[in-house]
Amino acid sequence: MVEMEVAVDPTKSACCQFLDPEGEVLGASIYLPLNAGPAQLQEIVNTLLKNEERLPYSFYISDQELTIQLGNYLQKNKVSVEKTLSIVYQPQAIFRIRPVNRCSATIAGHAEAVLSVSFSPDGRQLASGSGDTTVRIWDLNTQTPLYTCTGHKNWVLCIAWSPDGIHLVSGSKAGELLIWDPKTGKQSGNPLTGHKKWITGIAWEPVHLNAPCRRFVSSSKDGDARVWDVSLRKCVLILSSHTLAVTCVKWGGDGMIYTGSQDCTIKVWETSQGKLIRELKGHGHWVNSLALSTEYTLRTGAYDHTRKQYSSSEEMKEAALERYKKMKGSAPERLISGSDDFTMFLWEPSVNKQPKARLTGHQQLVNHVYFSPDGQWIASASFDKSVKLWNGNTGAFVAAFRGHVGPVYQISWSADSRLLLSGSKDSTLKVWDIRTRKLKQDLPGHADEVFAVDWSPDGEKVASGGKDRVLKLWMG
Amino acid sequence: MPQGDYIELHQKRHGYRLDHFERKRKKEAREVHKRSAMAQKVLGIKGKMLAKKRYSEKVLMKKTIAMHEESSTRRKVDDKVHDGAIPAYLLDRDTTTRAKVLSNTIKQKRKEKAGKWEVPLPKVRPVAEEEMFRVIKSGKRKTKQWKRMVTKVTFVGQGFTRKPPKYERFIRPTGLRFTKAHVTHPELKCTFNLEIIGVKRNPNGTTYTSLGVITKGTIIEVNVSELGLVTPAGKVVWGKYAQVTNNPESDGCINAVLLV
Repeated sequence: MVEMEVAVDPTKSACCQFLDPEGEVLGASIYLPLNAGPAQLQEIVNTLLKNEERLPYSFYISDQELTIQLGNYLQKNKVSVEKTLSIVYQPQAIFRIRPVNRCSATIAGHAEAVLSVSFSPDGRQLASGSGDTTVRIWDLNTQTPLYTCTGHKNWVLCIAWSPDGIHLVSGSKAGELLIWDPKTGKQSGNPLTGHKKWITGIAWEPVHLNAPCRRFVSSSKDGDARVWDVSLRKCVLILSSHTLAVTCVKWGGDGMIYTGSQDCTIKVWETSQGKLIRELKGHGHWVNSLALSTEYTLRTGAYDHTRKQYSSSEEMKEAALERYKKMKGSAPERLISGSDDFTMFLWEPSVNKQPKARLTGHQQLVNHVYFSPDGQWIASASFDKSVKLWNGNTGAFVAAFRGHVGPVYQISWSADSRLLLSGSKDSTLKVWDIRTRKLKQDLPGHADEVFAVDWSPDGEKVASGGKDRVLKLWMG
Repeated sequence: MPQGDYIELHQKRHGYRLDHFERKRKKEAREVHKRSAMAQKVLGIKGKMLAKKRYSEKVLMKKTIAMHEESSTRRKVDDKVHDGAIPAYLLDRDTTTRAKVLSNTIKQKRKEKAGKWEVPLPKVRPVAEEEMFRVIKSGKRKTKQWKRMVTKVTFVGQGFTRKPPKYERFIRPTGLRFTKAHVTHPELKCTFNLEIIGVKRNPNGTTYTSLGVITKGTIIEVNVSELGLVTPAGKVVWGKYAQVTNNPESDGCINAVLLV
């Protein structure tokens, strides 16, 4: 490193300054030779950060990725050599997930449309909820139905795995919640009743706050959100001050609950007594979807790409806390909300009740928003047939993915944040490459609208379900 | 002041006749008898009109009674499981009801090759040539009889220009040219006014197909892009076949059923 600096000829070098994604300066500004490319920059950043293992990074100069040598870049964009060049480095996932390109299995079983599909946090189990009032658990190794869980009285709208993978909760259109044991496929305990209308969302308490997982929150059309305890089997808290249906609920890593509602507000709740902490106003129409920058980490809990298994819940809690801290870094947790007014707002609820950025550009309502697992990108699915990609820190527009011919319903990220999956009304799934910002793979095969997609946290498989009543598994 | 209002004015000034309400009650009581006598007496068109009027009155009355009964009786909450499940994010949106609109292009292609469709109208009445065409006599003495005029509805493409009279053997009158058809989707049970793309097959013969003659049972291709149908590969379908179900030449419109 030091020798390099000495050997640099000032006429063939550029003054550079490394910044991390939040804008923190890394080391002093240094002269770099013009023939340095991303590979050399990666070496330098690894040395400056004193990383023991060499980690992959990507580099951005004024929001454009640097893929060529510095000299070529300067020539191409006519940047003065005199100025200090600020280079933003972004850590990349050290593993790579293969893009899915074929349908490995089409499993029939449900007698009505498949409304929700979800992989367990460790990616080894798969559950789906359907309009035929059943929840089904599937065997991923043989790709056959494993258990059929009957008990609901109406369509199963939402399912959610606890981050430790021990419980599975499903909510139905009749408003009752059922807890299942995924090991046996049996219902554990009586239905949890209390909601007067259908369930719109379920979120579990993060495992790093409380292990083993006991509490989860459910939101309903009747305007309430309720916190339930799995071991007590009752409603612990009722969060009610929304005047219209609650459309989305998330349990943040700092132990706060975020609810988005059709009354155009987002409310932040404290979880010990259910007090309202903050009210985020700004949207002009229904809030459809919320996403947290740490959401993917919270969902997977302690499980990561190494497929480590944990024996005790304490161990799991510690591992999850470590993962959460690493993911979050020093910045506060960010929240993105997508709305019927065609816009999105980026918030930092723990810092400010004013939005950090307003994300405009969609021409129809935004149905689903999702932070990438590393928190650097935001993807949004809209009824205007496009998926848009935004910068996760600033909210700046990055790219639009066009290709669907119908409204896009749901999106899902691969665990390495390099690929994005979208499912649409036009009966196809599409995989988009974040690096090239192009369509990577078109996955036709469903016979009708695709309602639910999920990319397994270990990256092996993609599951999708839709109106044609089959569950499809896709592989790379 | 309108003439009839003098009565009201008088009533306002001097009050009602002493026997006014008695007379009114009697008149009303007599009315039903009068009506029934009338109903038994009237004949012909007047009888039909009266019957129709009384029928509609009766229906209206029954409906009103049913409505009142409904508001007073207690019913159980509707907790049946309905068909057509949709996810939570679509529950509050009043999306247009769209049944399964799977269009299997491969299947359609295969059928096209075989030249057979499973059509709603498998057999149609054959139309004779004399009925289809009218002979037009030409020449100074009207002795030449080589020209024909199509007497049925036709579809003529957009870029069509007529040939000079000497070469025009078939005349397709502009009054009988159609560009749109009312097409019913058999599963959706709803009808759309769609543009015709072409005539695929006229059951009476290939000459009529090439002329674009549309009679009952003809297969036409219509532009369905506004229905939002999608192929299994996720592309928008724009042309689909439909069979004509009415006699367009006598109805003045084309009704058709979409072949799915």
